[in-house]
Amino acid sequence: MSDVPSNAPEHCPGTSSEKAGKGSACQGCPNQKLCASGATKAPDPAIAEIAEKMLTVKHKILVLSGKGGVGKSTFSAHLAHALASDTTKEVALLDVDICGPSIPRIMGLEGEQVHQSGSGWSPVYVEENLAVMSIGFLLSSPDDAVIWRGPKKNGMIKQFLRDVDWGDLDYLIVDTPPGTSDEHLSIVQYLSSASIDGAVIITTPQEVSLQDVRKEIRFCQKVKLPIIGVVENMSGFVCPNCKNTSQIFPPTTGGAERMCKELGLPLLGKVPLDPRIGRSCDEGKSFLNEVPDSPAAQAYNSIVQSIQDFCSNHITEEQSVG
Amino acid sequence: MGENNTEGGNLAQVQHVVLVLSGKGGVGKSTLTTELALALRHAGKKVGILDVDLCGPSIPRMLSVGRPDVHQCDGGWVPVYTDASKGLALMSIGFLLENPDDAVVWRGPKKNALIGQFVSDVAWGELDVLLVDTPPGTSDEHLAVVENLRKHRVDGAVLVTTPQAVSTGDVRREITFCRKVGVPILGIVENMSGFVCPHCSECSNIFSKGGGEELAKITGTPFLGCVPLDPLLSSSLEEGGDFMKTFPESAAFNAITNICRTLLETLQAA
Repeated sequence: MSDVPSNAPEHCPGTSSEKAGKGSACQGCPNQKLCASGATKAPDPAIAEIAEKMLTVKHKILVLSGKGGVGKSTFSAHLAHALASDTTKEVALLDVDICGPSIPRIMGLEGEQVHQSGSGWSPVYVEENLAVMSIGFLLSSPDDAVIWRGPKKNGMIKQFLRDVDWGDLDYLIVDTPPGTSDEHLSIVQYLSSASIDGAVIITTPQEVSLQDVRKEIRFCQKVKLPIIGVVENMSGFVCPNCKNTSQIFPPTTGGAERMCKELGLPLLGKVPLDPRIGRSCDEGKSFLNEVPDSPAAQAYNSIVQSIQDFCSNHITEEQSVG
Repeated sequence: MGENNTEGGNLAQVQHVVLVLSGKGGVGKSTLTTELALALRHAGKKVGILDVDLCGPSIPRMLSVGRPDVHQCDGGWVPVYTDASKGLALMSIGFLLENPDDAVVWRGPKKNALIGQFVSDVAWGELDVLLVDTPPGTSDEHLAVVENLRKHRVDGAVLVTTPQAVSTGDVRREITFCRKVGVPILGIVENMSGFVCPHCSECSNIFSKGGGEELAKITGTPFLGCVPLDPLLSSSLEEGGDFMKTFPESAAFNAITNICRTLLETLQAA
């Protein structure tokens, strides 16, 4: 997981590697002197700052998927709503999808701006106990494109973790962009000393999606990120007219169920397709409040319960170890 | 830029280069790229697909080419052909991975270097259209693709969205990206537009309806058409079958054929 500066030569060994500044590839690199001095091998001071900031955050949950458009943001938003429905809990939702921030719209916060205070950036509040932070709040128009390369995105994520005035939190949910790239490496790296409870992995039933998700699972294993479980989203569609179920995204290879069995991971649940979910997201409302007795809402609630159980077990384990 | 560019290298004999873009993931970029390629080939064109989604390459599976070894020739990497007629050529990062479950955990600079090679080192030969399938967003890969292709030519981009506002919101940003980097927009496709129940023929707009067309209107971009949700299309992609050949009577087939025709007309008029 070495860091390669954007102006480094192609075979850069990475600034934190043993060979930094000494390898043959380092000849002529503008960073050679700095690397050779050993300064770059020290961990980023921000990691310790973030760890300190995160001391007041009890649980940190990442929502991941190798594939785009499977429902990460929808899930993150509804997980946040569901956790915050217990008014004694403080919940925050951080959107690190720098290029495609959907959270402001899904949470009904489009057009909101972030305010600067003495203790950092103030997040935007949906409810008294539900805070949201997204790059969407920093853009001046909905047409604004964030055309940033990796290092700049990482800087933003660092700021989100270090400089936002989160306050005391029971849950911090982090919604990520698809893939296994800069944003993911950064969030894991920056939270490395702050102990992440684990990741919830979202997939749809088709193999085309599962093959990307298997990569994400490898990624978690590579960076030693615990996996809370897998959610199969868009799992079948019940026609509102004739009540027959159609597999719009058919699980030709056994879906998430078989993948979980093969990889020894818990399947947290299956959420069916429901046009009302998309509509609630577009309107910035919680689907769980809009149609609480729908099968999709029930599936959501049982998944949220499993995640809560995982987190409280996580605490007891930590206490018994420590 | 231009067709009479003698220094076009491996892209010298490629007539048209079309990017398939979307700010949003999972809206069907790879699906549309694959189906457009098949439709273009049925229209008698020679087509190439360059899959630059390094973190989640899906096209090799959709075309069921498996995991062939990629060979080198004097002109560079030889693309993989889907059949003996060599009407459809494909180059994907998927071919270069040792283990299909391997995560490509790379940061920007490394991806840019590979994309630079991808764009310049594939021996495409003669092609009517090269479709470039991209990952979601407006980041490293997109800048690298545009920078490297611009040396040769880029006819423009086809933007894919699903109908909901959450998706069109991301695609609006992609439009800004195209304008900033100077890539013409050939049109917008609305994918997953309605689902006709196979049991009772009732149409449900699972991801809402009309968002793509409205976005095209607001932003003054051409609208290429709607492709409905079609389980036949999903299963065909899962199995790597040629949907354009197998299901000529389905609604999605008609939609894709029409989009393909409009796209060809746009390209030839340019």
